[in-house]
Amino acid sequence: MSIFSAKSLVLACAGLLFSVQPVFSDALAPFKTLSGSLDIAGGTAHIPVMKGAAQQIMQANPKIRITVAGGGSGVGVQKVGEGLVQIGNTGRALKESEITKYGLVSFPFAIDGVAVAVNPQNSVKSLRKDQIKDIFTGKITNWRDLGGKDAPISLYVREDGSGTRETFEGRALDKVSSTDTANVVNSNGAMKTAIARDPNAIGYVGIGHLDASIQGVAIDQKQPTQEAAAKGEYPVTRLLYMNTKGQPTGLTKAFVDYIFSDNGRALITKAGYIPYARK
Amino acid sequence: MPGSKLLTLPHDKDSEADLWIKAATVLAVLAVIALCAMIVVAALPALFSQTHTPFEWVWQPYHGHFGILPMCASSLLLALSALIIAFPWALGIVIWHLTEEEPALSWARKAFGLFIRLLTTVPTVVLSFAAVFLLTPLLRTAFGGTGMCLLGATLMVSLLILPTMVLVMESGLAQPLERLCPQGLALGLSRYQLLCHCLLPQSRTTLLQAAVLGFGRACGDTLLPLMLAGNAPRLPLHLTDSTRTLSAHMALVTANEVGGAAYNSLFAAGLFLLGTTLCVTLALRRLARAKSSGSTV
Repeated sequence: MSIFSAKSLVLACAGLLFSVQPVFSDALAPFKTLSGSLDIAGGTAHIPVMKGAAQQIMQANPKIRITVAGGGSGVGVQKVGEGLVQIGNTGRALKESEITKYGLVSFPFAIDGVAVAVNPQNSVKSLRKDQIKDIFTGKITNWRDLGGKDAPISLYVREDGSGTRETFEGRALDKVSSTDTANVVNSNGAMKTAIARDPNAIGYVGIGHLDASIQGVAIDQKQPTQEAAAKGEYPVTRLLYMNTKGQPTGLTKAFVDYIFSDNGRALITKAGYIPYARK
Repeated sequence: MPGSKLLTLPHDKDSEADLWIKAATVLAVLAVIALCAMIVVAALPALFSQTHTPFEWVWQPYHGHFGILPMCASSLLLALSALIIAFPWALGIVIWHLTEEEPALSWARKAFGLFIRLLTTVPTVVLSFAAVFLLTPLLRTAFGGTGMCLLGATLMVSLLILPTMVLVMESGLAQPLERLCPQGLALGLSRYQLLCHCLLPQSRTTLLQAAVLGFGRACGDTLLPLMLAGNAPRLPLHLTDSTRTLSAHMALVTANEVGGAAYNSLFAAGLFLLGTTLCVTLALRRLARAKSSGSTV
């Protein structure tokens, strides 16, 4: 009896040991032998993907330390170019001058599409680009002028510095700022709540955040869908890039590869973006 | 005093404790001074910036305008109107709570006291969330627009500062009232008469303390205005206008910016918030002192 219980105790201990051992999935295998630190900075839209990947990697191998900071695309280029970080993120393609000055290599990994959205009760389901511009600059203020019911338009925008706002104003408003009388909300989730609760609302969310609670609006007859954005038919999109100084090696290379792995694609989708195939 | 001798600790322990208390006090004061100094130093680049001055009425960071004046005005407006709404309510509640003599209602008195204490522990995010779903649609149907406006935020902020002010007033008034009661009741006065005619005229300090604390909380609260006021960076001309307070502004900008003119202007915003609460506190204290030295206690 006592031998039996001692045996089972040993077994239990062994089981405990194995369960504590980090589990390396296929995508995480390259990190098994690596250690050291990796610093990432730049675009804010990238942060959820970068942070998610960093957490998974650091959990699998505690000897690796990854820091993720924001700052915006300009900061991303500058920091990676001057060697302060190993990966600099941008929400735009690098300029020719930046590539030649620093010798940077770009890795586009996700498509960030932004959809204009209204309340599901709204009869307006499609708008022209010039109408959208007039709405968000405050020239059109009533749904009547757009073929809807006679009601004032409730305008919702994102805060300054948000990647979603940057994409929307850059691609849909041709870099014109939206009017300062618009209500400002501070996340895709808050935007969805606002539009879903307000029958006269119009705003914009990342395409990945569209669901039954809000109605996506077609721009120039182009429906805001993941597929249309991936094919390049839908106009309000941008690519998200990671940039390295020269071809990446070691931990940096492993991290870039991880973003393109199945785990990375899952993180990209979870953050509301569309994975972009490696070229 | 021979009686007090029994209560005091042995002398060396006493002085040691005294030393610790003094050290802790000095440390706390130094920390506050260091904090203020840090904010002032961090705000200097923005305050004296020739190109990106925070002293203008336009906030358009992409066009080089970093004005925080609309947000300053809206913070003050929100805090003052919340105080105007909540102060009389708080006073009314305290008067009822301290003077209700009907024995049949004593359970209601106790329950209400408990409820007010409970109200102070409700996190603002819960208040805001409830208001987004209950109050905002109501305001939208009543006044049109989006329902996200100064009025909504003001109402909720007054609800937030109400229990704080009730507790401060009650703790300042309850004991003096009990002290007055034996003689006062014997003279045939009711508790209500004692409180309103004898005690309140002498309790300006307590009332002002409650007001200062309420104002400070109203000024500094972030989540309620962030979720309810609409955050349009402009001066509200009407109660139903969308507006952005300084605290909400700081929350919105820090989410995305590190460094740069927009980020620097936040320290100017912080300095303004700190300065405002400091000025109000000092002014009301002076007022209280002047009044209490004028009246006979």
